[in-house]
Amino acid sequence: MALQIFAYILHKDGAVDDTALEMVAAAGKLDPAASLTAIVVGSKTDAVCNSLTSSYKEVWKIDNDALSYPNSEVIRGLLALVIPKGSVLLIAHEHFGMDLAPGLSVKLDGTYLPDAVAFDGIEGGKLKAVRQEFGGQVSAHVVCDISGGAVITIRAGAFRAAEAANAGGAVVDKTADALAGGLPGGARRFVEIVTAEVGDVDITKSEILVSVGRGICEQENIEIIRELAKAVGGDVSCSRPIVDAKWLEKSRQVGTSGQTVKPKVYMALGISGSFQHLGGIKGSPFMIAVNKNPKAPIFQVADIGVVEDLLEFVPMLTEKINELK
Amino acid sequence: MEILVCVKRVPDTAENEISVNSSGSDIERGDLVYSVNEWDNYAVEEAIQIRDKVGGSVTVVSVGDADSEEVLRREMAMGADKGILLSDSVFEGSDGNGIATVLKAEIEKGKYDLILTGTQADDGAGQVGGILAAMLDMPYASLVNRIEVIDDKKIKIGREIAGGNQEISEMDLPCVLSIQTGINEPRYVGIRGIRKVASVDIPVRGASDLGINPGSVGKAAAKVSRVDYFVPALGKGAELLEGSIEEKVEKLIELLKSKGGIK
Repeated sequence: MALQIFAYILHKDGAVDDTALEMVAAAGKLDPAASLTAIVVGSKTDAVCNSLTSSYKEVWKIDNDALSYPNSEVIRGLLALVIPKGSVLLIAHEHFGMDLAPGLSVKLDGTYLPDAVAFDGIEGGKLKAVRQEFGGQVSAHVVCDISGGAVITIRAGAFRAAEAANAGGAVVDKTADALAGGLPGGARRFVEIVTAEVGDVDITKSEILVSVGRGICEQENIEIIRELAKAVGGDVSCSRPIVDAKWLEKSRQVGTSGQTVKPKVYMALGISGSFQHLGGIKGSPFMIAVNKNPKAPIFQVADIGVVEDLLEFVPMLTEKINELK
Repeated sequence: MEILVCVKRVPDTAENEISVNSSGSDIERGDLVYSVNEWDNYAVEEAIQIRDKVGGSVTVVSVGDADSEEVLRREMAMGADKGILLSDSVFEGSDGNGIATVLKAEIEKGKYDLILTGTQADDGAGQVGGILAAMLDMPYASLVNRIEVIDDKKIKIGREIAGGNQEISEMDLPCVLSIQTGINEPRYVGIRGIRKVASVDIPVRGASDLGINPGSVGKAAAKVSRVDYFVPALGKGAELLEGSIEEKVEKLIELLKSKGGIK
């Protein structure tokens, strides 16, 4: 029997997230014969719902003023009421999906499969999928029993977005069904968004980024990165562990939880290359990776790789560049 | 405030190259250095800071084999008051649901106001906190990078969302939070600290102590299981510069010049 698949649509300020079309592709890989339904939760969502009807046969709308901010504790309760048990729900593996999905799988008595990057077919109710472990250094095939339903988060960018088609879908208002039991999730109340502090440098505008990661080892060593940035006329950016250690300010962090940058040249120094970091680099810059670990995932995506300890390599590089000036 | 922190012993990926063994059945574990999962360590530090501010106690718990005792002891050296090891051969091969089932059984034996996990561990799943909260019917928040205790009934939390922004919410206790790195600066644990807790008793509990039906956990109950590990071939990969380090410097400078990487 064909699967019944739902895709939870992320949207913000009336715009649909890129993952909405990626989930169409992911659903096609899961089961080309499946019925596919988009679920849109929010307030004043008509434009969002209508824009999805070209890609989804059916779009479920759950719309109420109280849902203007996506609070996963509230939305989990609503979805548990309307999603039929035994079906498969897809959602992007980002901050909202990670918040919503594991608990929703429990509420729906389904299996939870987090952060899938590929699907390899279904046999007898068992889905074969690919995940990454150990910071992306190795991948794993997993089998996942979806016969009783499943909640699956998919990695953004892992499935190539489906072409906008002409699905001629219809919008179905499910608000009354979802809110039949009132508004759930009262134990967690959204207060506000605190926006990121603006730093002294706006790395989203930089053409050359000299980016540093855990391989720098000590705070004092950041100086060699500053010197290289100065030599090439670029700005210093970094990966998350450097901000966690408070060695550089948050405004210099590249990644899904930091800044999205689009430089011409990106130098990743001692950065392993987690998908969260790479998710913050757009516009296909010329990427150079320096890392002493030849298995670092960054070498899969960089244009040029240098397998060396940055603590030795970077000062030599800076000195040589300065000599040439 | 009574706080429970769930911790896991994992290979330290910051210090290790991870490679797959010849059959693909596992990673090469021979030379790996193990430590406490980085996210969990931040969670323990946060718990200790909360206890020091408002009173109460911090218990660390781990589901694992006998070796997991060393990470419990390390977190006790940091300042956790108590350690509990949940260990039984029937727990082996558990998926996220299985691990949460084991933790839930232990949690229900106590009375905790706040239950913390790390955001994720070595498998990158980020699932146990959310599953556990749903099983316990407690509110949940992931990616937590700030906790402020308001009173003994509620807390204010910050979650890390996109673009460096922070989502602030108020939450009722008891609740489950998954902690993001960077929430604090975990204290250093020296050899003297470890020695001080070397002889502290860490109780070990198995399925029967916890009243767990062996069929509800472990490999038998797992709906998600790993078939094998492999190293992905993604795209063409980087062109690796060859030669001596001086030659690599020269080559890289030429490339940088041609690509506008030197202003």
